[in-house]
Amino acid sequence: MASIKQRRPSSSNSIFKIFAAFWANAGVSVFFVIMFIALSVFVPNFFSIPNMIGLSLSVSMVGMVASTMLFCLAGGDFDLSVEATVAFSGVMVATLINKTQNLPFSIIASVFLGAFIGFMNGLIISKLKINALITTLATMNIVRGLGYIISGGISVGVIEDRFFMIGNGTTLGIPNPIWITVICFIVLGVLLNFTVYGKNTLAIGGNKEAAYLAGVNVDLVKILNFTLQGAVASFAGVILTSRMTSGQPTASQGFALDVISACVLGGVSLAGGSGTMGGVIIGVLIMGTMQNALNLLNIPTFYQYVIRGIVLLLAVFLDQVRQKKVNS
Amino acid sequence: MEAYLGFRHISKTFPGVIALDDITWDLQAGKVHGLVGENGAGKSTLLKILSGTYMPSSGTIQIGKIERVFKNTREAIHAGIAIIYQELNVVPDLSVADNLMLGNFPNHFGFIDKSILYKMAKIQLEELGEDFSLNTKLKSLSIGQRQMVEIGKALMRNAKVIAFDEPTSSLSEREVSKLFDVIRKLRAANKVIIYVTHRLDEIYEICDTITVFRDGKLISIRDKVSSVAREQIVADMVGRPLGNIYQYRPRKLGEKILAVRNLQGPGLSAPISFELRAGEILGFFGLIGAGRTELLKALYGATKASSGTIEFSGQSNSPSIRNSISKGLMFCPEDRKKEGIIPILSVQENMVISVRRRFNRAGIFVNSKKEQEITSFYIDKLKIKTPSQQREIRFLSGGNQQKVILSRWLAENVKILMLDEPTRGIDVGSKSEIYNLIFNLAESGVGIIVVSSELPEVLGLSDRIIVMRSGQAVATVYREEASQEKLLSLALPVS
Repeated sequence: MASIKQRRPSSSNSIFKIFAAFWANAGVSVFFVIMFIALSVFVPNFFSIPNMIGLSLSVSMVGMVASTMLFCLAGGDFDLSVEATVAFSGVMVATLINKTQNLPFSIIASVFLGAFIGFMNGLIISKLKINALITTLATMNIVRGLGYIISGGISVGVIEDRFFMIGNGTTLGIPNPIWITVICFIVLGVLLNFTVYGKNTLAIGGNKEAAYLAGVNVDLVKILNFTLQGAVASFAGVILTSRMTSGQPTASQGFALDVISACVLGGVSLAGGSGTMGGVIIGVLIMGTMQNALNLLNIPTFYQYVIRGIVLLLAVFLDQVRQKKVNS
Repeated sequence: MEAYLGFRHISKTFPGVIALDDITWDLQAGKVHGLVGENGAGKSTLLKILSGTYMPSSGTIQIGKIERVFKNTREAIHAGIAIIYQELNVVPDLSVADNLMLGNFPNHFGFIDKSILYKMAKIQLEELGEDFSLNTKLKSLSIGQRQMVEIGKALMRNAKVIAFDEPTSSLSEREVSKLFDVIRKLRAANKVIIYVTHRLDEIYEICDTITVFRDGKLISIRDKVSSVAREQIVADMVGRPLGNIYQYRPRKLGEKILAVRNLQGPGLSAPISFELRAGEILGFFGLIGAGRTELLKALYGATKASSGTIEFSGQSNSPSIRNSISKGLMFCPEDRKKEGIIPILSVQENMVISVRRRFNRAGIFVNSKKEQEITSFYIDKLKIKTPSQQREIRFLSGGNQQKVILSRWLAENVKILMLDEPTRGIDVGSKSEIYNLIFNLAESGVGIIVVSSELPEVLGLSDRIIVMRSGQAVATVYREEASQEKLLSLALPVS
């Protein structure tokens, strides 16, 4: 009954294939460690406690949302609407707090609305069988529009000071958003690895038809994936508003791509069926480290866009090579 | 008379399969050459080599005086080959004229010359005896009319060899006779015509010669169709040794456990009724597209039956997959790779995907110790060859993959097991192990339904065989009176 982890045979000869096989097994973490050491040595101020905390804080939102994006991707889907959900729920929570002065209610209501947006995504994708990319592209616009409508297109300042503690306070010397992200990683990691729901998600992503014929409730799992994704994205929006002390309807443009890049960098397959929480964490850290280093090196923002785009392409390319190996 | 088209020692192998084995066949111009054989006999592979879709593994094609092979479809078209497939290659949203000239537009520097296009297309249609407008979109034409456009396209390209792949399968009677008129005209115009069909009556009506393929080999060529008896053709198609890898074991049948009454659904053209007893092995035979898979899927609840009842151990069952599984009605799909396995997951994940719900902790947490026990039990019991339980299933051989899928259901409380082509693409050793397993299950009282296109398999396993043809059950044959010839004759379509 010994469960020996079997190494894949590498019957490949091309450099890319070898690299991809390496990447699929241990590559990401090794890559991250090398990058981290190199940056510590060559970039001044990189390896210091304040900078490490700043780095982690800067990727906390990406990390949170990536932990649920992992489920969408592993299930063979995609969610682009998260960035609009973040902005919408940031504006929503600010508006509700200003209207009711009731913090728990405002936060819970915003997260609930976010979950509802995700639920609708899941419902449309599973029941109406509309492609996830198109569905979430459409809901992204709808939800972004709703954010503008609620706020009138301008940022909504929050008048309740206690609210800022969520995003700006610290516990044991570490900012709260980092703790929240860690909790997301743990809870969703457990869901993925130890529950029927997590296993079914991977099965659906691996082969939807086979999972269906084996009795898996495909639609329900997909709806759950998107609902979770919506709830977590909107909670990220709440934290963002808390940190910025106002809800911005224009916030987090391009955020979905950052999240997906982090997942793909972490070895989550765009074709579905494979992905680990450990990989996602590494992917998020690579994204954060890269951005942090670019800032420390004073690379102008405009160039950073170009570099981020190239990194995404590279990650997707590696995924492609990996897929070819699977299909051969 | 000298042959215009000749296949010279054509072989084609796919990994693990010999699709064509040293085919040498001469075809004269001005004749219609009938080609028959069971599903998988190699007819389609031969057409694909002729059309340049596949390269032969060895051998050449002689066209006129030249021997060659086609590297792609373009080369074949230029050599005057045209194939009219069952699934027509027309563009539904383009007009008749555009379809006729597709890939061959008269043009000046890339700009299409409309006037020539229409003139040429018009002449072609008149020759075929069709009078629909050139501007009609293809999608508004009937299948028969679309086929005429396809034939017209072949003629526009000056095709010398025209092959028809089951051209009448979805035509009305009137359309068929019109098609035959056109084929006779083509024969008079000295074309080489290959006519692939399952309908033996049509062979006698339209063909001059008849050739039979079986298991990738050319079995017989007869130059005078009229002097060949129908029974002889069927015998050529099936004359395969039955072998003894099945080792049929007679057993006592138990209670009636399944009663299907007037079931109708997608892919079934007439209501179907049958019963199954505990310990019985019921075979379904038919050609591809006869509705066997559709029937199983409707029983299983994977597709929705439109009417009829399914009684399961005396209780009526409204089929949904989860409902079927919980009552012990299981299904192993035909296409393992597409519908059976989840390739990138481990042997264990593939095996326990369904049964794990029984061992959940707190309703959601998987019991991985129990799952490992189950997996290791069935790996031993079914002799599944895998380096470990965690090995991704895609690295296993087809036979071992199938054993994992079977274990998925054996781990449940299976009462009826439906197997769709249980040994397709599986080596002989694993095949006989799977047959043995099927008999063991039947002896322990499980009702078995086997769908197979392999006659020896159906005959070797079944106590009783239901033959299906174009979406309906046409006959029930008991083991004692079943023979390959009888089953195939029943399964072949009648015109």
